[in-house]
Amino acid sequence: MKRNSWQEYQKHVADDRYYYARSCIRQNFFPGSEAAFLNIMRNDLGRDVHEDANHTSCTGIGYHSDIVPLETIMTVVARQFALMTEAGYENFISSCITSFGIYNEILATWAEFPETEERTREYLYKATGREFNKPRHIAHTSDVVFHHREAIRARAARLLVNAATGEPLRVVEHIGCHYAKIFPKSGIGGAEFPYVLAGMIESWGGEVVDYPERRHCCGFGFRNYLVQANRGYSVANSQRKLASMAPYKPDFIVANCPGCAMFLDRWQYTIAEMEGTTYGADGRGIPVLTYEEMAGLVLGYDPWELGMQMHQVDVEPLLDKMGVKYDPSAKYLGKNGKYIGQPAEALVNSGCSGATIL
Amino acid sequence: MGKYFDMLREDVRIREGLTACMNCGVCTGVCPAAEFYNYDPRQIVTAVQTQDDDTIEALLKSDTIWYCGECMSCRPRCPRGNTPGYVIQGLRTLSQRLGFFVESEKGRQQLALKRTVGESILATGYCVHPKLVDPDLHPEQGPVWRWIHDNDQGVFERFSENYQREGVGAVRRIDDETLGELHRIFEVSGGQAFFDNIEAHSERKAQEMGLEHADENYMKMVYTTNSGNHQ
Repeated sequence: MKRNSWQEYQKHVADDRYYYARSCIRQNFFPGSEAAFLNIMRNDLGRDVHEDANHTSCTGIGYHSDIVPLETIMTVVARQFALMTEAGYENFISSCITSFGIYNEILATWAEFPETEERTREYLYKATGREFNKPRHIAHTSDVVFHHREAIRARAARLLVNAATGEPLRVVEHIGCHYAKIFPKSGIGGAEFPYVLAGMIESWGGEVVDYPERRHCCGFGFRNYLVQANRGYSVANSQRKLASMAPYKPDFIVANCPGCAMFLDRWQYTIAEMEGTTYGADGRGIPVLTYEEMAGLVLGYDPWELGMQMHQVDVEPLLDKMGVKYDPSAKYLGKNGKYIGQPAEALVNSGCSGATIL
Repeated sequence: MGKYFDMLREDVRIREGLTACMNCGVCTGVCPAAEFYNYDPRQIVTAVQTQDDDTIEALLKSDTIWYCGECMSCRPRCPRGNTPGYVIQGLRTLSQRLGFFVESEKGRQQLALKRTVGESILATGYCVHPKLVDPDLHPEQGPVWRWIHDNDQGVFERFSENYQREGVGAVRRIDDETLGELHRIFEVSGGQAFFDNIEAHSERKAQEMGLEHADENYMKMVYTTNSGNHQ
C-alpha cells in the first residue's frame, strides 16, 4: 500500500465559525489544552469559536459502557445540535474522539435508518421543546488544528527540533481508535494512514516515528478501565504499545484523544511502580502531549499555562531539548501565583538504578 | 428465526453490523480483547448467525460478551463489511433488557457502571468528573492526580474561569435547567428505565446470592471481583 494513500481520505474542514463542544475527559485531565485551543483559534488565528454553557456530555462513555441506550444518546446529541442551531452555527467541532465517533455514527444511522431520526426528533421535542438542523460540517478539534497548521507554522516561536543538535524531534503519534476506525472517511487519512497528527508534526519540523503497534488501541476499552476488576486489560494493552515504540527512542508521544493521552501517561507510572520498567531513552517515562500542547509549545506558550504540570510523566526533559524557557518554581502554582503544594515523587520521573529501560 | 435473534434484529446496530460472516477471523487478529482474554469475536458472530435460541441465550448469560473494549478495530478490517463490535453492543443491550447480565461476573459489573458513570451523567451532566476519579479507587492515576484531586480548586482555576460555577469553561457547573432537560431526555427516550432495570435485576441477583440488597457492599463486590478465570 502506498504511503501517500492517506491523500485519498480527505475531508472538508470549515475555515471559521465553529460551535465548540467540550470533552468530559479533556476538560477533566487537560483543561489547559481546551483553554489553549480557544486561545490559539481566537487570539492567534482570529477565528470565531462559540462556547456554550448549556451543552452537556454527549454521554458517550456511558453509551460505550452499554448503560446508555442508543435512543437516549441520539436524543442527547440532537440537543447539542439544537443548541448549535439556536446559536446560529453550522460547523460543529468536538474536543473528544469518543464524541466525534458518536456524532458520525448517529448521523450515519439517521441517514441509513431515517425512522431513527424521526423518533429522535419526537423525543427531543417532547423532552425539551427544541428542534434542530444537522451540522453542515462535523470535525474533531485536531482536524481544525490540522487545517490551520501552516498558519501556526508561520507564527512559530520554535519548531519540533532539538535545540542543541538541530535534528528533528522524533514523535510517536497516537490517533485514538474512534477517530477513523468507525468511519474512515470522516478522518483525515482514514483508518490505515491517519495523517491528522502526522501532518502537524511534519509541518512543524518534527519526524514521525513508525513502529509495529502504531495503530493499536491505547487500552482504554471503556468498561475494561472503568471497572477496577478489569484494569489488567487496559494496562496490558498500553504496555504492548509502549514496548513496541520504545526501541525507536521517541522524544515524545502526541495523542489525538484525551483518554489515550491520559492512559499512555498514567500507565507508564503504573508499570514503573509495578515492575520497575520505564520506556524513555533517559531511563524515565516518555512525555505524552496533547496536540494543543504541541501547538502551544510551537507558538511559544508557557508550558504551565498549557497545563503540562498535570501530566504524571514530567515534561521538563522535552522542554530542555526544545530549548523552551520555563520557570521551575511556577510549575505548582495555583491561580494568582499561590503555592498549593506538589505531588509526591514517582519512579517514572526520577528513574532508578534498577529500572529496566526498554 | 429464533425469538432472541428476532429481538436482536430490532437493534439497528445488529442490522448494520451483521450480514453474512464467512469466519475468516480477521476481526480476532486485530482485537485487543482477544490478546488479553479467552475471547474470539469471530465465534461470537458465528453463534449469533446460528439464530438458535439456546446458543444465543447462553451467550447473553456469559462473561464472553463483556470482554470487548468497543475500540471498533474490527470494523474497518472485515472484508464483508460486518462490525463484530456492533453485534456485541446489540447483545449487551438485550442481555440487560432481559436481565440475563446478572448471570455472569462481568455482566454484573453493569451495576457499577450505572452507579458511577450513569449517576455522574444525571448528577453533573458529565460522564467523568474530577471528584468521581477518587485516587483511592484509582491508584493507577498516580501522585500527580492525587495532587490535582486534593487541590482541585487551585489547579483548575488556573485554566477555567468558572470551575464548578455556572458559565462557560472547563468543568463548569451545569445549571439546573440544563440538567432538567437531560433528565427529561432520559425519561422520554428510555434511558432512565434502562437504569432502573439494571438496579432491579441486580437487586434480584443480590438476594439470590444470599445478600440482603444490591447495596454498597454488592456494588463494591461487583466493582472489584476478578475470579481470574478469564484468560
